Amino acid sequence: MTKHTMVLALAASLMASTALAGDVRMMWYSDGVEGEVMKDLVARFKAENPGINLILDEVAYKVVQEQLQIQLEAGQGPDIARVTNIKTLAPHWLDLTPHLADPAYWRTNFGAHADWMRVDGSDAITGFMTQLTLTGGFANATLFEQAGVALPGKGATWDDWVNASAEVAKSQGTAAAFAIDRSGHRMTGPNVSYGANYIGADGKPAPVDAGTKAFAEKLVGWVAGGQMLKDTWVAASGSTYRAAADDFINAQIPFYYSGSWQIANLSTKIGDGFDWVATGSPCGTAGCSGLAGGAALVAVKYTANPTEVAKVMEFFAREEIVKEFSERTLFLPAHAGVAAKGGLNWQTADKNVGAALDVFVAASADILPAAAALPAWKWASPVYGALVNRISQVMAGELKLDEAFAKIDSDIAEQVAAAK
Amino acid sequence: MSAVGTFLTRRRGGDRWDWTDIVTFLWLGAGVFIMFGPALWLVLSSFKSPAQLSEFPPTLLPYEARTAVVEGYDKPLPLFVVTDDSGTRTLAEVRRVGTIAQMVDPENPATMERINIANRTPDRAVGFSWGNYLDPFLRFDFLKYTQNSIFVTGVATLITLLTNSMAAFALSKYDFRGRNTVVVLIIATLMIPLSVILVPLYSIVSGVGLINSLWGVILPTVATPTGVFLLRQYMLTIPDELLEAARMDHASEWQIYWRIVLPLTAPALAVLAIFSVVWRWNDFLWPLIVLSRQEVYTLQVGLNAYAGELNVQWHYLLAMTVITMIPVVLVFVFLQRFITAGIAGTGLK
Amino acid sequence: MAQVGAWVGAVITAPLRGFARLLDVPLRVWQRLAGQNGMAAFFLLPNMAIFGIFVLFPLGLNIAYSLTSGGALFLADRNFAGLGQYQRLLTCADYTNLLSCQEDQFWTALGNTALFVVVQVTALIVLATATALILNRELRARSFWRAVFFFPVLLSPVVVGLIWRWILDRNGVLNAGLVAVGLDPVNWLLDRNFAFAAAVGVTIWAHLGFFALILLAGLQAIPRDLYEAAEMDGTRPARVFWRITLPLLMPNMLVVIVLALIRAVQVFDEAFVLTGGGPGTATLFLTQYIYEVGFASLLKNPGLAAAASILMGGVLVVLTLLQLALGRRNERKAKLK
Repeated sequence: MTKHTMVLALAASLMASTALAGDVRMMWYSDGVEGEVMKDLVARFKAENPGINLILDEVAYKVVQEQLQIQLEAGQGPDIARVTNIKTLAPHWLDLTPHLADPAYWRTNFGAHADWMRVDGSDAITGFMTQLTLTGGFANATLFEQAGVALPGKGATWDDWVNASAEVAKSQGTAAAFAIDRSGHRMTGPNVSYGANYIGADGKPAPVDAGTKAFAEKLVGWVAGGQMLKDTWVAASGSTYRAAADDFINAQIPFYYSGSWQIANLSTKIGDGFDWVATGSPCGTAGCSGLAGGAALVAVKYTANPTEVAKVMEFFAREEIVKEFSERTLFLPAHAGVAAKGGLNWQTADKNVGAALDVFVAASADILPAAAALPAWKWASPVYGALVNRISQVMAGELKLDEAFAKIDSDIAEQVAAAK
Repeated sequence: MSAVGTFLTRRRGGDRWDWTDIVTFLWLGAGVFIMFGPALWLVLSSFKSPAQLSEFPPTLLPYEARTAVVEGYDKPLPLFVVTDDSGTRTLAEVRRVGTIAQMVDPENPATMERINIANRTPDRAVGFSWGNYLDPFLRFDFLKYTQNSIFVTGVATLITLLTNSMAAFALSKYDFRGRNTVVVLIIATLMIPLSVILVPLYSIVSGVGLINSLWGVILPTVATPTGVFLLRQYMLTIPDELLEAARMDHASEWQIYWRIVLPLTAPALAVLAIFSVVWRWNDFLWPLIVLSRQEVYTLQVGLNAYAGELNVQWHYLLAMTVITMIPVVLVFVFLQRFITAGIAGTGLK
Repeated sequence: MAQVGAWVGAVITAPLRGFARLLDVPLRVWQRLAGQNGMAAFFLLPNMAIFGIFVLFPLGLNIAYSLTSGGALFLADRNFAGLGQYQRLLTCADYTNLLSCQEDQFWTALGNTALFVVVQVTALIVLATATALILNRELRARSFWRAVFFFPVLLSPVVVGLIWRWILDRNGVLNAGLVAVGLDPVNWLLDRNFAFAAAVGVTIWAHLGFFALILLAGLQAIPRDLYEAAEMDGTRPARVFWRITLPLLMPNMLVVIVLALIRAVQVFDEAFVLTGGGPGTATLFLTQYIYEVGFASLLKNPGLAAAASILMGGVLVVLTLLQLALGRRNERKAKLK
């Protein structure tokens, strides 16, 4: 026995002793109240299944985003995790199919998003979306009313929205007309609305096309012209995420482009401060597309207890559990049955919430194919990263637009080459 | 202690104020404002509600909206100060439709007034959101996290003090071949930020089976090059003659280290102890990687469960930050006396 | 309080003292067998063993990483790439134009870091020395004042960054103050120079107490009679500072300079939380670049990050060697005296 194998054996025995039979560990991050809701549900699961010791490890999102991958590549990690980076990490997910009592239920109700969380060409069932998200806009209806400006209606373009908001901003003296979160993901829906398609014929990233260029040029112009809040994008570098939600909450911008996940946040923090409405995505030349996404609960293939893991997953994928979870967290459900039946009884007294959720549900019909393909495309994240990194440099006056486009192409090409 | 004075401290010409006194006065005054101000503000902010935290302009003190129970309405109604043509008064809001608020006088709830919302401001009183502090304790096992944090901080600090002082002793008081190489090696590694060697370090820690173990947090941090460097520089100032005299008296090398060098290094050890406690208590990046099971969470890892992808629950995070600050502040208040005592007692001149 | 402290200290150290006595006998035997060098080895062993396993070994691995390519995180799964990563970092089509570099942001980060180190370390040392001198005066409630300046050291870097972001942000306290006195709010963090200065200022704010304390310890160890003698000779205060205080403070000053340099080069958390590297890339520092490339992005490139860190480490080692040589010269001078 060499030293090396001894160390390995020792490590293996130590690890084996920590993973007791029947233990299932679930790694969970929270944006809002979902951790508390989950705690309730976990308690209910344990009462129903006394033999399975389900442990909820609540972590920072940073752990899921940056450290989970390290653990997974070492063949470790939790048994189940709530993850957003589901496509890139797909090789680590467990195929639940042989362990499920009713795989057909999963294919019917969660089949639409199954490709988001499995490797290309596979038909595995690896988990389900805990919630769907869709990017879209929010307008401060009260500010619009005070300014005497009508809210742009359906089919209004980005220019319409920005001009109307600018008028409101001018009359009400707000800091700017609108803001988009600092994120490549957030500007992708608008890009696609102007005809962009990131995916090349070979499935690899295509060079920056006319659609992306069109919207990027507008966006840069709006920052230079003062319509778009400058700090959101300029006061950070790299792919750092910055949200402009607080400015919308403070009525500093009449229009805010973010996504459905903000609803609960806006509701708590705005309260009765003003009326706000969801607007869906403004239109471009090709359509009025947002970008879908969300977080999934997936099983990890390094688990020692796949049967128990499947039991846990089956519990949380139940129709009534999904319904309750969505109602309490104000998340859009990904369960086809729940979504089709509708009639969700949102657990809130805020009248703005239900209306906003309905708008997002309706807006999901407007997603263009080029945007619909992105969540299941494994090169999406380097493209988002390069976009936000370089375009904010243009806004800061460090680059010209064409230089930025050239840099975006070369950044992405390098990342794709480096990932081989 | 007050006897320790420098030339600069003497007021020149007796009671007359020297420019150095004015500089001192200004410096200390600005110090209190700049150093304490932000921290005080952090503490005050930790009592604010989520909505108040994202408010502009921010208020110094936490406020809560005042409400009033008005006859004919089940729930307490929020109060507003209304200023318009008919003067300034306090009204309760029944509901708001667009830019028009329907309000009543709490004293006379029969007549409903229609007020433009531009003419009203919420009537608020100072109020503390204690929930920021209470909720996390109900939701998480902070007692366990605190235990883990104390264990990590205590054990790591003890090991750091012992191993670093031993190494520093060898590097400052012995002449052996390769001594300078070791010193350079240690200092060179001082330079490498942890974030740079995360992945290799993780593979090693997982190789020896210390993932999700508190020892996996402790061991990689205790051989701090900073500590060795700090102690070595300090030990260099201890005269070799003291050691030679002890050797004449047949003291063993271990005794020399333990009975002579270590007590003389007390001030530097106290400094290192404070820093070690602060560092280990605040350690975040590395524990976050090693510890992903709640029973081994330290406080810093536990409280970061409030940092989500798209939203961070600042009100909880701030409150818990304030709580986690208390022990370090206590340790400092407690240990800083040792520094002065240590310096005065060493007879180091 | 001090008595309680002494008592607690005695309780903590009692078992340690017993332990030390137990160790004495076997160690005497070892000393006889192995001699002075053996004892040096004994004293070094625990620290160097831990150091070797958890610092040196990963560093070695890091060099290996820098010679590989691919997205895999563990060495065994990676492809050998020779010096490819270094080449990518250092190649520019035209060395007069930053944009033509393959990794233009690496160069930006390098330049920013260099400037930051120079400005921050200089300012920090001047301020820390001044603070230490003032705290060394005959003050009432000296421990309170010392605590005032030390206090921020107790905060975690992330908290430091956040506090100041809330102050300097467009919606921050500073602007609220400006509005209150009737001025227009300023978008502080959108100004390149101000954002850079803010990064410098906040890191100084956070670490000033640490360095002032080390310097203060040095000042207090300076024998009082030296000053008394100087006063009797009627020496001017400035001359006393340059001729007595500073030379005798040198050992501590050296510690401060080296540690300050290291901290400055590694600047990350506070600045990252405060400015996020912006506006544009005005405060993008090396550690943030490495973090972005190696960890934060979803497609991680550990090879490139490792290569960048090794280039950074190389520069640092040279800096340290210079410092040490300087220190050794001083030591020798001190011995001659």
